[in-house]
Amino acid sequence: MTDARREILGTLRSALNRNQRPPNAARRRLTEHPVNLVPGRGQADPETQVGLFSNEAIRVEATISRIDDMAGVPGAVSKYLVENNLPAEIRVSPSLQGVPWTGQPMLNLTDGIAQGSDSASISRAFGGVAETGTLVFLSGPENPTTLNFVPPIHIAVIAATDIDGDYEAVWARLRAQFGPESADFMPRTVNWITGPSRTADIEQTLLLGAHGPQQLHIIIVDDPET
Amino acid sequence: MEPTTRQFKDNAKEALVDAQLQDALAKLGRGFPLRRLEAAARLPEFEALRDEAREIKNHVLDNLDFYLEAYEAKVVASGGQVHWCKDAEDARRTIAEICQKAGAKTVTKSKSMIGEEISINDYLEDAGITPVETDLGEYIIQLRREPPSHIIAPAIHLSMGQVEETFRESHQDLDPARSLDEPRKLLEEARNKLRTEFLGADVGLTGANMLIAETGSNVLVTNEGNADLTYSLPRVHIVMASLEKIVPTLEDASTILRVLARSATGQDMSVYTTFCTGVRRPEDLDGPDEYHVVLLDNGRSQLIGTEFHEMLRCIRCGACLNHCPVYRSVGGHAYGWVYSGPMGAVLIPGLIGMDEAAELPNASTLCGRCESVCPMRIPLPKMLRAWRQKHYESKRSGALGRWMLGAWAALARRPKLYRRMMGLGVAILGQMGRRHGRFRRLPFAGGWTGGRDLPAPNGDTFVAQWHRGARGDASGDWLRKNPP
Ligand code: SF4
Repeated sequence: MTDARREILGTLRSALNRNQRPPNAARRRLTEHPVNLVPGRGQADPETQVGLFSNEAIRVEATISRIDDMAGVPGAVSKYLVENNLPAEIRVSPSLQGVPWTGQPMLNLTDGIAQGSDSASISRAFGGVAETGTLVFLSGPENPTTLNFVPPIHIAVIAATDIDGDYEAVWARLRAQFGPESADFMPRTVNWITGPSRTADIEQTLLLGAHGPQQLHIIIVDDPET
Repeated sequence: MEPTTRQFKDNAKEALVDAQLQDALAKLGRGFPLRRLEAAARLPEFEALRDEAREIKNHVLDNLDFYLEAYEAKVVASGGQVHWCKDAEDARRTIAEICQKAGAKTVTKSKSMIGEEISINDYLEDAGITPVETDLGEYIIQLRREPPSHIIAPAIHLSMGQVEETFRESHQDLDPARSLDEPRKLLEEARNKLRTEFLGADVGLTGANMLIAETGSNVLVTNEGNADLTYSLPRVHIVMASLEKIVPTLEDASTILRVLARSATGQDMSVYTTFCTGVRRPEDLDGPDEYHVVLLDNGRSQLIGTEFHEMLRCIRCGACLNHCPVYRSVGGHAYGWVYSGPMGAVLIPGLIGMDEAAELPNASTLCGRCESVCPMRIPLPKMLRAWRQKHYESKRSGALGRWMLGAWAALARRPKLYRRMMGLGVAILGQMGRRHGRFRRLPFAGGWTGGRDLPAPNGDTFVAQWHRGARGDASGDWLRKNPP
């Protein structure tokens, strides 16, 4: 295999005349990661961004509710499950175990990674992108990836202040938070999720809920600190 | 798969009379292009983003050696491994070895054109490992043992009835009296079958829409979520990718993602866009313990610096297929290998050799729609012409065709002679066709008259009429006598 490596790189270097052209621009691009053209659509004040985020998410068949603070999460979850005739059970990601679930004694809560028999899950998004109504999730001990995909109902909690205009703003926040030196700031998995799962593989008929969740409900929390 | 590219003409003839296929293709022609237009109209910066996407990939190709090494270093730093593979055989063997080492019996797999290119499923089966395709379309064609007919909609050629038939045949354990008369029921059945596979698989095998040099990540784009269940549940994650999939940074990947889904399905963004980096972190509750990238060359490094260099910008969106009058007439299978449409007609000769695939560059009217919609602005018609020219120069094209081209070239270089010959031909045809004004059949023109009549000329060439001063006097006599 190392022979293959040498051969492939050798072919490329001679085709590219590498000796005459050191890759300075490429080296700079990696360290500076310049932002390319960003569409104007998401560039607005924070409240407009939250509105745009909601509209775009609804456009791709997600549903939205907006609440004041984290203490309202359990109530919003119960309400959603009841209104949609869903079982009163949910797998809760570690990131949301601190909210006052005791207020909803009828809810059956589980923790840990997702199982095939789960009917619903709730996890917390790291960011939102107004441009396309996209949620951004990071894997980690606080947020197992499987919770976003295995259960047929996925409820996502996001702080209004974590909604940005564009993807680039979320990358910048990720770099700043986990590694300004641009080393190892990536978790194992970053998931952009834009609406519930879908397929059009049978006669181009659009169907929701192919392998991932059939329903995506987003709870926007205005003031996550209280 | 074994290419049947040599039989393009026969394949195409069969496709043209396949009524069911024609229905499916008509539906595709109405759907995708319209949705692409709508998505583009919602984004004023769409054209400018296409320019940027092109520039990013141009820069990558100019520095591909550098970026590949940078990428590899990052993969290793995040606990993964890169396996460099010269050809399909290298890649297949590497993948099978990783699976065997992991003691894998079942491998779940999310759609990957590289997987098709190296026929990984057949190879794994021969090695006693069961590969399970998890994308709904791929699952269906795997059961039918067919290749994909479209790079993003692999089962686009099938009707619901055919899918039902396939499921009844393959899922013998289920109640034969069950109803499968709507797409939703078919989806539910496939979803239930695949659930068990997802949860029990030992290895997850995915493709990659991009590889990011800055972070060592692979990008996966799906709408179903099957790729996410494929890499997050098993203990081992293997990524198959060809080496031109590299982009420099997360920002560059984001720019390309903005044009990918819009060009492909007309969505602003696909439902699931995932960035996987290395193995699960020590504290993580889920995710794979092993991360392998099988990096495939398979002839691509040889295209760098040639007239086909720019083909390596392709992001496999499928827009050129959706807009191609030839693809929309014959479908993907006629092309005889895993790729099809304009991108296939350019790429296939580059990967399996011009001798095998000489017919494909001819399967184009050079109308230019592919280039006009390609998000990466790949000059596909120019490259199709380049293949035609190469084929001609290699002296391996047919003797009759070469002779006729030579004769035409000789004639075209002598305007006077050319005009006299044309005048003669037109006069004769005009005489012969005087009675009906059109020909049902004509020697040497069966290709034309097989499908439609040839209008008879009115006895004179355009140039001759022009010189007689007939300009402006488009009398329309012929038209009045022969209303369309
Ligand atoms: S050639 Fe262009 S339009 Fe065709 S699949 Fe590739 S990127 Fe898309």
